[in-house]
Amino acid sequence: MSKQLAIQLAGVSKAYPHFRLDSIDLQLEQGSIMGFIGPNGAGKSSTLRILMGLIRADQGEVRVLGHRVPDEQVAARWDIGFASEDMRLYQSRTLQWHMDFVKSIYPGWDDDYAAALARRFDTRPGQTLKGFSHGQRVKAGLLLVLARRPKLLLLDEPTTGLDPVARKEVLNELMDVLQDDGRSVLFSSHNTKDVEQVSDQITFIDRGRVIASQDKETFLERWRRVRFSAAENFAMPDLPDVVETRLNGRLGSVITGRFDTRITDGLQNAGATIQGVETMTLEEIFVTEVEASRAEVTGAAA
Amino acid sequence: MDDPFILSQSDGRPMYLQIIEQVKLRISVGDWPPGFALPSIRELAVATKVSVITVKRAYQELENEGVIVTRQGKGSFVATTDKLGSRLREQEMEEHLIKAIEIARSEGLPPDELVRRLQSLLQGRKK
Repeated sequence: MSKQLAIQLAGVSKAYPHFRLDSIDLQLEQGSIMGFIGPNGAGKSSTLRILMGLIRADQGEVRVLGHRVPDEQVAARWDIGFASEDMRLYQSRTLQWHMDFVKSIYPGWDDDYAAALARRFDTRPGQTLKGFSHGQRVKAGLLLVLARRPKLLLLDEPTTGLDPVARKEVLNELMDVLQDDGRSVLFSSHNTKDVEQVSDQITFIDRGRVIASQDKETFLERWRRVRFSAAENFAMPDLPDVVETRLNGRLGSVITGRFDTRITDGLQNAGATIQGVETMTLEEIFVTEVEASRAEVTGAAA
Repeated sequence: MDDPFILSQSDGRPMYLQIIEQVKLRISVGDWPPGFALPSIRELAVATKVSVITVKRAYQELENEGVIVTRQGKGSFVATTDKLGSRLREQEMEEHLIKAIEIARSEGLPPDELVRRLQSLLQGRKK
């Protein structure tokens, strides 16, 4: 039997005056972390808000923890922890006041975990939010969500603007959540490095469209850069699924998102010598995917 | 559980290969003897802060290589193959030798010359 899905979006669209979420399909298995990567303004926050039921989609189906959203969003929300940068915390109140407030609403609140998080995040419960730095405020917001132990965490750019130490603290806590295989995390970022190590699933979004969504290992496995050398005036053969070709003097490279021996055989049969087959970082793959997707859209419009 | 591995962010290789190497290292130094129960995939992922799917892939490859065995519902164990530790070290040495052969080939160095150089390096070591 396949695993239960924590999140399921099918054909979700939402039109704004100058922007459109275009038929978003997304699936997140229970017990895993998905990194949701896109440039600023790609539609990450809108997608998360649709999952929370804060925005109603024009079309498509949204299911969160088995509940239809927005119709059953009240039931779903008990088990969702949502954190974003514009979370409203009261500047004149202490972190402890906020902790008590959240505790009074959510029965799952864990005092020990909250206290441990406050220590690990280097935030003082007795201090008013006014005195918090940007990083501490972000961590305070996360603490308030994490200590409820929700089944699904929806985190909008949880690491943006954090220093390297704070970023590591936050990513470590996300991994800790996964100790329980009934819990899941979806977090957005425009920084692929944050996402690369901890994520099971990777989704790329650009200009309101999901351009790739896959498990990370398959993703990294399929993309390769092949370097080769060839005689002068080398005629590039026709290769399948190549998204970028470079040839300069006697050296060249091709990038493919579906690597197999057809690429290397094709180059060798055309007289080239393979110098190396390299894996690519998620950042390189992301940039290549976005460029290819934009070129395709422009090409189709022309 | 404490993080049993030292993983490098600047190592250019994919993370699952680093995990495979670290497991083999634990076995070859004798920290993880034959029959030793490995941490579960999820435990190891949380401890190393590497995604579950990556650790799963590393375990699968280790299983394919016969380094570990997985028993349904019981977890993964270091294989009880005879002298697994030294076999792994030999395997690693062989990989380096194969690399040397490949470089020699791409440089057009004849096999005799490669053997001669290896011998002269061995001689140099003896002194």
